[in-house]
Amino acid sequence: MSAVETSQNLTPSQAAKLRRTAWYRQPRFSRLWAMVALGVLLALVTGEQGNTRDIFYSLETTFTGGGLWVCLALTVGVWVLREFAGDGLKGLAEKAKPGTVAPLAAVRGRFQADKRLRWGLIVLALVLALAIPSMVERYWQTVLVDQIAIFVLLAIGLNVVIGWAGLLDLGFFAFFAVGAYSTAFWTGRLPIEPPVVLNPFWVIPIAVVTCLLTGLLLGAPTLRLRGDYLAIVTLGFHEIIYLVAKNADGVTGGPQGARMIPDFSIDFAGISYKWSIDPLPYWYLLVFFIVIVIILFSRLEHSRVGRAWTAIREDEIAAAANGVDTVRFKLMAFAIGASTSGVAGVVFTSKYGYINPEVFPLLQSILVLAYVIFGGMGSIPGVLIGAAALVWLPEALKDYVDPSDRYMYLGALLVIMMIYRPQGIWPSRRRQRELKLAEQGIGDADAMSEPAGGKF
Amino acid sequence: MTTDVTSESAAVGGPASDDADLVLQTWDVTLRFGGLTSLDHVNLQMRRGEILAVIGPNGAGKTSLFNSLTGAYTPQEGKIVFRPKDGGEKSLLGSKPHIVNRLGLARTFQNIRLFSALTALENVKIAAETRLKAGPVSIMLGLPNARKAERLSDERAHRLLKFVGLEDKLNEIAGSLSYGDQRSLEIARALATDPQVLLLDEPAAGTNPTEKLELEQLIRRINTELGVSVLLIEHDMRLVMSVADRVMVLNFGKKIAEGTPSEVQQHPAVIEAYLGSSAEDAAAVQEVIAEHEHESASDTEDGQ
Repeated sequence: MSAVETSQNLTPSQAAKLRRTAWYRQPRFSRLWAMVALGVLLALVTGEQGNTRDIFYSLETTFTGGGLWVCLALTVGVWVLREFAGDGLKGLAEKAKPGTVAPLAAVRGRFQADKRLRWGLIVLALVLALAIPSMVERYWQTVLVDQIAIFVLLAIGLNVVIGWAGLLDLGFFAFFAVGAYSTAFWTGRLPIEPPVVLNPFWVIPIAVVTCLLTGLLLGAPTLRLRGDYLAIVTLGFHEIIYLVAKNADGVTGGPQGARMIPDFSIDFAGISYKWSIDPLPYWYLLVFFIVIVIILFSRLEHSRVGRAWTAIREDEIAAAANGVDTVRFKLMAFAIGASTSGVAGVVFTSKYGYINPEVFPLLQSILVLAYVIFGGMGSIPGVLIGAAALVWLPEALKDYVDPSDRYMYLGALLVIMMIYRPQGIWPSRRRQRELKLAEQGIGDADAMSEPAGGKF
Repeated sequence: MTTDVTSESAAVGGPASDDADLVLQTWDVTLRFGGLTSLDHVNLQMRRGEILAVIGPNGAGKTSLFNSLTGAYTPQEGKIVFRPKDGGEKSLLGSKPHIVNRLGLARTFQNIRLFSALTALENVKIAAETRLKAGPVSIMLGLPNARKAERLSDERAHRLLKFVGLEDKLNEIAGSLSYGDQRSLEIARALATDPQVLLLDEPAAGTNPTEKLELEQLIRRINTELGVSVLLIEHDMRLVMSVADRVMVLNFGKKIAEGTPSEVQQHPAVIEAYLGSSAEDAAAVQEVIAEHEHESASDTEDGQ
């Protein structure tokens, strides 16, 4: 009551004064402080490493060097652009909109619509994939084989589980370990003797089947769980595989792991070839496997199996009520997804020559998941790009930044990506629609939670 | 198909004692959630080929009954038996939802549950494909049986979407269809599993009067043209009275009445359930009625 009275007693000029915000209290200035803080932070993280003898060494060098001013200029520049030229920029973006929504989206739209263009691009990509590696340095050839191709295979497999069936798997790398240890076992490099010693090449089908069975074994008791609970179980599964590999000395060789795993060789039906330390032949072999897996999996995506997976992902209760055997299809996704890591495990082990439990830390599972999400869950081209780009990034940064900082940049990229483009680089059409509908409040695009109103 | 129509007309009002004629039957189904009894010794007899409506006030246990029949809930007591066309008896108590669906009971949901990011056609295909056999291996290898299954499900989905009147919206995203179309699509999806009994949970909720009329015709056509028995939960009394052969009334989880629509309307227990029994409630009802009359009177005055 009294407030009303005082306001009535104000003169018009007093009221106007109250209504006016002081210039320094405008929201844009709090944004300026945030940007300045970001600049200081940026200078700190990109600046000198600290050392133990002089604890203020890092701070001193950062705040006295020129790097701080560069970082501040950068962030304040961004602030100036956004606050004072923001409308102009927005106008430009809108002017560009009608014809080409965004360069990437335009390419994607064409790619999906024009069949000839699609095949042309696929053939071009394949030719480039086969031709370029022979022209790059040996170091990059090794990166291509040991990391990029292996992780691409893994990401394609994990895409089936998380992208298509919507099951959050935080322990996918454990299947890779299963494939790797199968190789060590069947080539006779583990403390226990295999029934027959095989060449790694012939271990591939065995490893695929072993991974399928491991997927079934893990899935059967746990796929009744939903979302978050399943994620924790898969996390535990990875830890179990890791600890068994580390501690079951009599079976897995313990912390020493397995050594002297032979290279691939074929000696069959007149064809005789031996892979050795040259990475290129491995690259061709891996490209062959990747192409086969992509062909097989893209057939699945647009079949009843892929549709059933989508149905389960979107609304498990409705799917079951319409006759979809949800447990069977989830198991199928788990097993089929795991099978690619069998192939990857064998090739990696045979190329590398030795394995030990430290090759399979939990971090790798998380990284594969990040690659899939970064590229675009549920889309094969997206997953290929995501895995290749994110594996390449730390390697490329190696020469420019402190090597121990490399993964920090990867982390920053992931954070920025998830804020501004959560659907990934090249999202699948279905996923994109789900996200759009979720924004409007219909449905639920979250792979992890149960569908909206999970109970009746 | 014609036999279904005749058996239905013969069954209307007839005695429910002939077991072979009952497609769905429950004995003393009791469902409890902790201390709350949601269904209390419910006996349901559904004849082959009839349209049976289940009505009752909010919280009477209608949807719980549906969920118990389709395997989403497992009642603590009682028996649920389904008699397929080709003879035999199948107990549904505690069966998994997809097994119940495979036996021949399809359902829709009170709050529409479509796969909203998929097209209308894909929604129906998912349900149709659960009846086909094509494993992942034959699909990956592109074997002829996988291709044939794909073609069959495509044809079936097209046919059903035409049946419910969505033939020109095949490739539209389910989530962007109008409310009435979403209801029709959900019915088409349920029909794609080739059910003998279709359970519709408040299909008219949220539809406009034109859509309601179309829905009424659709339910009749499902019943006569496809020979599917329909179990219907509905709040819209006009729809229930015009479409149902028989009506069953639930209140507080108990069956309080059963019979033809006109019989049920006259039943004192039903009137009591809907209008309340205590003097206070009756007074409140009188008040509301008086108010309503007053309003409509003033409305007509305004109109003139």
